Amino acid sequence: MSLSAARPLDPWRWLGLTTLQVMALTILFGAPLRFWGLPLPEPVFAMVPAFAWAVIRPSMIAPFALLALGLFMDLLWGSPLGLWALSLLVAYGAVLSGRNMLVGQSRPMMWAWFAAACAVAELAGFLFTRLDARASPSLIGLFWQFLATILLYPFAHRLIDRFEDADVRFR
Amino acid sequence: MALRDNPFGELKVPLALTAAVALLVAVVVAIAILLSDRRETLKEEAYGVTRQVGDAVAAPVSGVVAAPGRWGGQGLDALRGYFFAVSENRRLKAELKEARQWRDVALALRDTNDRYHALLGLKTEPPIPMVAARTVSDSRGPFANSRLANAGKEKNVEPGNPVMSENGLVGRIIGVTKGASRILLLTDVASRTPVMIDRTNARAILTGDGGPNPRLEYLRGKEPVRQGDRVLTSGDGGVLPRGLPVGVAVKGLDGRWRVVLASDTAPIDFVQILLFKDFTQLSASAKAELDRMDPLPPSEGAATITAQTPPPAPAPAPPLPKPAAATPLGAQARPPAAGRPAGQTAAKPAASKPAQRKPAPSTPAAAPAAAPAPAPAEAEIPH
Repeated sequence: MSLSAARPLDPWRWLGLTTLQVMALTILFGAPLRFWGLPLPEPVFAMVPAFAWAVIRPSMIAPFALLALGLFMDLLWGSPLGLWALSLLVAYGAVLSGRNMLVGQSRPMMWAWFAAACAVAELAGFLFTRLDARASPSLIGLFWQFLATILLYPFAHRLIDRFEDADVRFR
Repeated sequence: MALRDNPFGELKVPLALTAAVALLVAVVVAIAILLSDRRETLKEEAYGVTRQVGDAVAAPVSGVVAAPGRWGGQGLDALRGYFFAVSENRRLKAELKEARQWRDVALALRDTNDRYHALLGLKTEPPIPMVAARTVSDSRGPFANSRLANAGKEKNVEPGNPVMSENGLVGRIIGVTKGASRILLLTDVASRTPVMIDRTNARAILTGDGGPNPRLEYLRGKEPVRQGDRVLTSGDGGVLPRGLPVGVAVKGLDGRWRVVLASDTAPIDFVQILLFKDFTQLSASAKAELDRMDPLPPSEGAATITAQTPPPAPAPAPPLPKPAAATPLGAQARPPAAGRPAGQTAAKPAASKPAQRKPAPSTPAAAPAAAPAPAPAEAEIPH
């Protein structure tokens, strides 16, 4: 652990910077590029902070940062405004409620929990889309996005590793 | 003031509780925003200011982000063109040979069409103006399939305008702002497009589900569709012109009929936005064009077509129908020709598509395949 991480938890460092990084990556992967005839995958980068922030510690700012991230994704992707914001918040709430159980588990187990959180977010998106558009989104498309998203766990692990012990009250 | 002097200094609220309250408030806000959003409607005011500002900002940013990739792609294309020039030349020669056969068929059909037009006194509808644009951002997830194009209000783009790539229909515009417009792709879960099967003239609704191949729903009739049938826009409802190429029908793994989109055969980097709003625009243009012409005595054929037009307008009183009023009704009732002017430019690949897929029946089958529209018209008109 670097010495800088031992300083008191600064919201800008663990919330603000991560938010900006997620926005930049989402824009980058939204480029209409094809490689060997295949489009880029579309992972939900915002699932990384949605999981990691809930594991690191409860926060008053984190839900609103996730709300902003979700609205940004909806605006960029053209999905119904509020769809991803609500889906991310549902996943965040689920992880936050099980935080005491999650903290301190091994990396493979945490990866499995991250996959479960992604499944919750995708399922929530599926249900909200079904209610909104009165049509079922393709389960194959859902699966591909889920698969691309769970591969992002190493980033969430790094975030948790860096800030988990920063606030001794929540160890 | 020191903390101990503050009367609320001793008041301590558990952080877990405040975090839960904050989460609850954020969820309520998200639900309220979701309930108030309606993106699939054609009404301009439904595309809120937030989205307009978002698109106006996202379009140039995404354009800059995508530029290196685009340049890289162009460089690779140039290299590929240099190293594979010989094989490309052979392929193009074969294609040219086939295209020449199609040209002969097309010329013959055009002559026939011209004769029919002259005999029936039909007036062709005005061409649909188009705007070229580049797509700068792309969403491909299961819940939203849309693109941002870098042409907006300044080029008279409006919600509802159909969008085509060089190969076929891509989608329609759902939101416009200055410098950018949002395209709802045919694959989006909210997309519904009236289409028809070229071979049988059967109607269906193309329903997106977030996957690459949208479904054909509400198909009626006995065996209305077969594997490999061409699917075109039907023009029903007046939102899209008739005859724009959509794709090819295939049986999905789930047993449903789906469409392999024609626009998927190449990257959708440049698109053409047809400035077509609905048939009232066409009939108004046709009326304006006819008003400039000298009035002609109504021919028998024209009168028949006018008499067969369905509502909205009642059939005109027979004695002295004004040509200027009669023909637009005909135009309104006969959308096939409405799509044709677009087909001359944007929908041009539609004619060449079957040649690539099924070269064998080129000349003999060309006439019935390429001219499905005149058939019902001939059937309607007594000879």
